[in-house]
Amino acid sequence: MVLSLPPLTNRRVDRWVKPPVHLLLALPLLWLGLQWTLALAGEPHGLGINPQQFSNRFTGLWALRWLVLALAVGPVARGLGWSKLMRLRRLVGLWAFAAVVVHLSSYVALDMLFEWRAIWDDIVKRTYITFGMAAFALLLPLALTSTRAAQRRLGRAWTRLHRLVLPAAALAVVHFAFLVKGNQTEPWIYAGILAALIGYRALEWRRRAPRAPRARRRLGTGGAAP
Amino acid sequence: MLIKRKPGWALPHSAVTPEAHYANRRQIMAGLGASAALAGSGLALSGCGEAAETGGATGDAAGGILRADTQRRDLTATANAALSTDEPVNAHEAVTGYNNFFEFGTDKGDPARYADALTVDPWSVEVSGLTDAPGRYGLDELIDFQALEQRIYRLRCVEAWSMVIPWIGVPLAGLIDALKPQSAARYVRFETVLRPDEMRGVGARVLDWPYVEGLRLDEARNELAFIAVGLYGEVLPKQNGAPLRLVVPWKYGFKSIKSIAAIRFTETMPMTSWHKVAPGEYGFYANVNPEVSHPRWSQARERRIGEFGRRDTVKFNGYGPWVADLYDGMDLTRWY
Repeated sequence: MVLSLPPLTNRRVDRWVKPPVHLLLALPLLWLGLQWTLALAGEPHGLGINPQQFSNRFTGLWALRWLVLALAVGPVARGLGWSKLMRLRRLVGLWAFAAVVVHLSSYVALDMLFEWRAIWDDIVKRTYITFGMAAFALLLPLALTSTRAAQRRLGRAWTRLHRLVLPAAALAVVHFAFLVKGNQTEPWIYAGILAALIGYRALEWRRRAPRAPRARRRLGTGGAAP
Repeated sequence: MLIKRKPGWALPHSAVTPEAHYANRRQIMAGLGASAALAGSGLALSGCGEAAETGGATGDAAGGILRADTQRRDLTATANAALSTDEPVNAHEAVTGYNNFFEFGTDKGDPARYADALTVDPWSVEVSGLTDAPGRYGLDELIDFQALEQRIYRLRCVEAWSMVIPWIGVPLAGLIDALKPQSAARYVRFETVLRPDEMRGVGARVLDWPYVEGLRLDEARNELAFIAVGLYGEVLPKQNGAPLRLVVPWKYGFKSIKSIAAIRFTETMPMTSWHKVAPGEYGFYANVNPEVSHPRWSQARERRIGEFGRRDTVKFNGYGPWVADLYDGMDLTRWY
């Protein structure tokens, strides 16, 4: 028997696809919260021998994974012709940002116990923390302008602003690479995927390049525009 | 402030795994002086329960003797109280489950998961270089298993965490003397065994294998320098560097090389593994020093495993009275 699905309208995506995707993307953070609850209650938990270090690493990895996933939505949607996939991009990006916020909180609260002096020293002196904070600084305005209203208000500037996600992801990968000891391959895997995603966009922009000068000229005329 | 309540996982420290586990597998006998008479006699005196309450190894430091139980691969050792800290020891599961032994993988749990593949019996150590006693020695020829002592040392990892570990072994100085370095020898170079078939982590070139560490000969002869063949009253677990490893508690943990397969006496400073991969980050000396940061993170504080917050790191990991004079006149910012 062939299972036939009704056509996937925007409404159906919002109603039937988004909730499970939300849940899926929330799972790592939910799991972490559960483990900390267990740990603080004195129960067996999955945080290992050094829970703070575990939390930093765990949240950082998932933030990076969701960030890369958010960047992959566009190319995949276009490549497979699944335009409906684009409706999921914002929520992937927002869950990536949620993981970033928990990552930062894990460091500030659990690891450094709000010792602002030491945290400031880290930001200024420790390259990998400088890079991590820079990535956060770039992602913050993107999260704040993720609403439809902000999108409308900013118009074309919104698209340009949200390209900051590319340097932010690159900074996050550098942050990771600077953190590990010795020649470890894991950061390079993320670097490779990210390079591919950036490369794809670069090719796409070049394909559209013939139209670009005109667009720029129009922008450049500023007040003279209709 | 933020956290007043001691979290559940912080307690295990001295209370959870280790003590029952630990006190069970060996009996503590009273009287250090009676060691010769009692050794191997199997006479168990009271003290287990007490040790279990005060933190097993700590109780021993008061002068007990650990008795061997060969079936459990336990070791007999006399406690060296003078060189032992009375801080609570870390849980057995922390000491044997949270390790850096990159030959088995870079995750802290990898050594415990995969080191079992390592063959440690038979074992031999190649001794070479500026020595009058070169050759290949079996483990029993190098270590006098009748003369083991227990030392409870702090271990400070370069990654800014620390533990307190009850090691069992012999002073390195005695081993050095037995290996007859020539007068021209100024350094001793140690090498970890390299067996790609048994070490699943060496396929990745995290470091230039085999792992190499070294000491200046006067450092190696310092009374704190120790060769461990056991911990927690038992034969050294493989993830901790079986069958024999270095323990130099005033230096960052990576100096305490594991599973030693070669010892070489040299006139020049050996090129050590971490120094080779990142000379700006890891020096040859690698003395614990809160004043000299790792380029990528601060060394001023550390997290004692089992504690929630961070504590201040002490220069030479608190072993300054024993070792500070080794570095008289040296600029430790330069010789980090």
